Amino acid sequence: METTTTQARTPSAFAKPASDGGRAVAIVWATALCCFFLLWFAGRPVAAWAFKVPKEWRIPLQRWIGDAMDWLVQDASFGLFSFTELTRFIAAMIDVPYRIALSLLSTGWLEGQGSAAVQQLPPLSWVAVIGLVMLLGRHAGGWRLSLLAGGCFLFILLFGQWDNAMVTLASIVIAVPLGVVGGLLLGLAGYRWPRVESVLTPVLDLMQTVPVFAYLVPILFLFGFGPTAAVVATIIYALPPMTRVAIVALKSVSSEINDLGRMVGCTRRQMTWRVMVPSAMPGLMVGVNQVIMLSLNMVIIASMIGAGGLGFEVLAALRRLDIGTGIEAGLAIVALAIALDRLSQAIADKQRTHDDSGQAGVIARHPYLLTALVVIGVTTLAGIKLEAFRALPESWQLSTGSFWSDVVRWINVNFFDQLEAFKDLLLLNLLIPIKRLLLGLPWAGVVGLIALAGWTLGGLRLALTVGGLALLIALTGQWAKAMITVYLCGISVLIACLIGMPIGIMAAERERLWRVVRVIIDTLQTLPSFVYLMPAVMLFRVGDFTAMIAVVAYAVAPAIRYTVHGLKQVDPQVIEAGRVSGCTPLQLLVKVKLPLAWPEIMLGINQTIMLALSMLVITALVGTRDLGQEVYIALTKADTGRGLVAGLAVACIAMVADRLITASAARLHSRRAGRGPER
Amino acid sequence: MTNRPYRARTLLAAAAAAWLSLPLAAASADVESTDPIKLTLHDWTGQLITTTLMGEVLKKAGYTIDYVQADYIAQFAGLKTGDLHVAMEIWETTGRDAMDEATATGDVENLGETGMQAIEEWWYPAYMKEQCPGLPDWQALMDEACAEAFSTAETAPYGRYLGGPVTWGGYDDERVTALELPFEVVHAGTDAALFAELESAYQRQAPIMLWVYAPHWAPAKYEGEWVEFPPYSAECYADPSAGINPDEAYDCGKPRGPIWKVAWAGVKDKWPGAHTAIQAFTVDNDAMGQMVTEVDLNGKTAEDVVADWMAANEGVWSGWIQ
Repeated sequence: METTTTQARTPSAFAKPASDGGRAVAIVWATALCCFFLLWFAGRPVAAWAFKVPKEWRIPLQRWIGDAMDWLVQDASFGLFSFTELTRFIAAMIDVPYRIALSLLSTGWLEGQGSAAVQQLPPLSWVAVIGLVMLLGRHAGGWRLSLLAGGCFLFILLFGQWDNAMVTLASIVIAVPLGVVGGLLLGLAGYRWPRVESVLTPVLDLMQTVPVFAYLVPILFLFGFGPTAAVVATIIYALPPMTRVAIVALKSVSSEINDLGRMVGCTRRQMTWRVMVPSAMPGLMVGVNQVIMLSLNMVIIASMIGAGGLGFEVLAALRRLDIGTGIEAGLAIVALAIALDRLSQAIADKQRTHDDSGQAGVIARHPYLLTALVVIGVTTLAGIKLEAFRALPESWQLSTGSFWSDVVRWINVNFFDQLEAFKDLLLLNLLIPIKRLLLGLPWAGVVGLIALAGWTLGGLRLALTVGGLALLIALTGQWAKAMITVYLCGISVLIACLIGMPIGIMAAERERLWRVVRVIIDTLQTLPSFVYLMPAVMLFRVGDFTAMIAVVAYAVAPAIRYTVHGLKQVDPQVIEAGRVSGCTPLQLLVKVKLPLAWPEIMLGINQTIMLALSMLVITALVGTRDLGQEVYIALTKADTGRGLVAGLAVACIAMVADRLITASAARLHSRRAGRGPER
Repeated sequence: MTNRPYRARTLLAAAAAAWLSLPLAAASADVESTDPIKLTLHDWTGQLITTTLMGEVLKKAGYTIDYVQADYIAQFAGLKTGDLHVAMEIWETTGRDAMDEATATGDVENLGETGMQAIEEWWYPAYMKEQCPGLPDWQALMDEACAEAFSTAETAPYGRYLGGPVTWGGYDDERVTALELPFEVVHAGTDAALFAELESAYQRQAPIMLWVYAPHWAPAKYEGEWVEFPPYSAECYADPSAGINPDEAYDCGKPRGPIWKVAWAGVKDKWPGAHTAIQAFTVDNDAMGQMVTEVDLNGKTAEDVVADWMAANEGVWSGWIQ
């Protein structure tokens, strides 16, 4: 029964407009749009300043930040020690477990350095590593997991990527736990104290969206050139999803469990670690999965700053246009990701079910540990005698050879014209018109509209925030490049969501489909984009279209993942209630599941935008002229200020999009929850 | 057979094995410090060969060497702080800005040229000569039919020239304006994208005009020629009135640039012998081109190629470490 409000309540000048969408808001919008179109079409001769920021208005942020970074790196001091010394100390501390992991897995225990180093003890044999992984799999999840994990590592071994993979694994084994623990602690802090959360959110945005190339040089100065700096950069990139997911997961623990904990008499610490965290575990595991995925995604960049491993293999291979080796190395990264992810999921599941049998002897109580020790001992001894245990003989190694190059060549020769026709169709009719449109808009008008949208959705505070961020982009001289970025990422995110959400909705219902889809999106998130970018350049040439392919391929994964996760999290009782009330499956989906899954899906859209923007620097390597390119140019000119400002502009775009989407989701939510009168 | 690129770990293991078999007394020759000298490795074969060559020669002199994989530009941060020590290939066109910035701080030192001259210019596959008969003379490109032969849907009726990444410089946009060429310049984002397009076009025998450089495997793998622009001169770049077009500068071809070696400023004091050896290092385009072809097209490993060269040129390299 709908009733229309007969009298629109005129809001006071700056208050948040009433959620019933009063006429006043509509009038404001109409006026604003009229002004905007007027400015756009007729304003250029009169107000040229509105189209291109005049030089006098520009903030020399590049110089300020450059100077600030120089100060931080060279002169900042706490009195007793300088900032650089502090960070180098932290790097040295991270280096210790890293060296242990590296010695264990890759180089063996060395005495001396560089080419004069002498190996005292060999590293773990490949048999030992695969054996350990299979034992871990069996312990955590049964034979199936054991075979999967063992199979992944066997794949890496057989395709000759073992040495590189072990170097990479050593970094990951250090970076991921640090990222997970750090992220969880920050998430807990954010959950406990709302103040912390409001401070954390922009910082997390920055960590996720400022391209790593922008702060690469300061990190190298602060942490030294080597794998440790790579670990630090990896943690910075991979930690935010964990924190975000932790906050959402903790908030969505049902209040009954909270009450139960309090009734039973838990202390604060027990509440957190025995009640909240275990209840939030499914969500937290999505976070862990994301940390692993993003860490492996950083492998390429890590290899540029001294970490070596699989990333270097991919780069060198694609540089030679050896697509086969590039794909093999890329798939080795994927195999590593899948093995680690499934193992960690299974271990987390296992923690929640305790099944110790107290009385039996040592052997019976720790069968896996003892078997593991035996395996290590036997293989090390065997390794001293038999070469095959140290490194797989060349003759046993497989290779796809020139298969992939031939496939790409075949597609190239036979289908290039059709592909080009398709690309030109999209480019000339969709992409380029939108690009020209966005570039032609007056910045003043756009900033004004963004601020207005902020006011409509969230009041004065939001208006000032998003308006201020947009203004910052303009005043630092980045507007044109930012518009190109918005165009590129905007279209890509839209396409990614259009593809991803339906697939996610379908996969949430069907377990078998989900298993297949899961492997595909894990692959897409961890396969270095270089691997499919180079064939894409061969087929579609350098340009926006190829860049868009790369961004869509990467960004579709979180869209699917979070949709599935959200839908699966819906309380089965509510679904049951819906079914009992007589809902058709479609009604169940649209009226029950989707609304309840909305927070997770919104998080998915937020993450899709974040990841699309983080692909910018990679797309710059294909040849776009946007903010990613600006960061890259700054890196080559060793101009930290310029790079950081471009990176900040990227972060600003992300934050504006995120705040507006979150605010609109919140309004949708509150409307649905019936806090305002229905229209 | 796929190429198995250089692996530092293999070298390390080989070195370890070699050391194990030597009596300890002979281990430390007359070197000033046994701390490892860190040489950077990038991701293109030419540089791997140059660096491995230098490293092996220094090892013969008794120095301890450590190879570190690093990005071409990011390495300057390491060179300034002394985390990295020697970078063997800094190209005039692509690394000049970063190198100048680093040497200006005083923490990094330019150790002279490697002896190779980088050739960078417009390049086209041989089969394009049929569609554009006047090539390699640059004036053939002024012809409309020629420009159209090189065009794509996005650039028509202008021809499409695929230039290097914006960071490489090269002034191609200015060159097209100054020489009034009916071409549009598109910039590839990276070296790999450049050659991916070339491979694609070559497979289809399709038109392409792009930036190619030597020493590199591309001129060896694909048949083609450089466009002959008016010869480069410093005045041509600096002064509009010099050259063919009296109103514009950059109306000539690109310079042949040297490839530099740089090192951390502390190398001179810590390993003076190595410092001298690195300064003395020199190799020419032809020798490098051959070695690069052996690795990238014929499937040999960089270590083998370097070992072959060292065996054949003992007189040359022993002079560096005298």
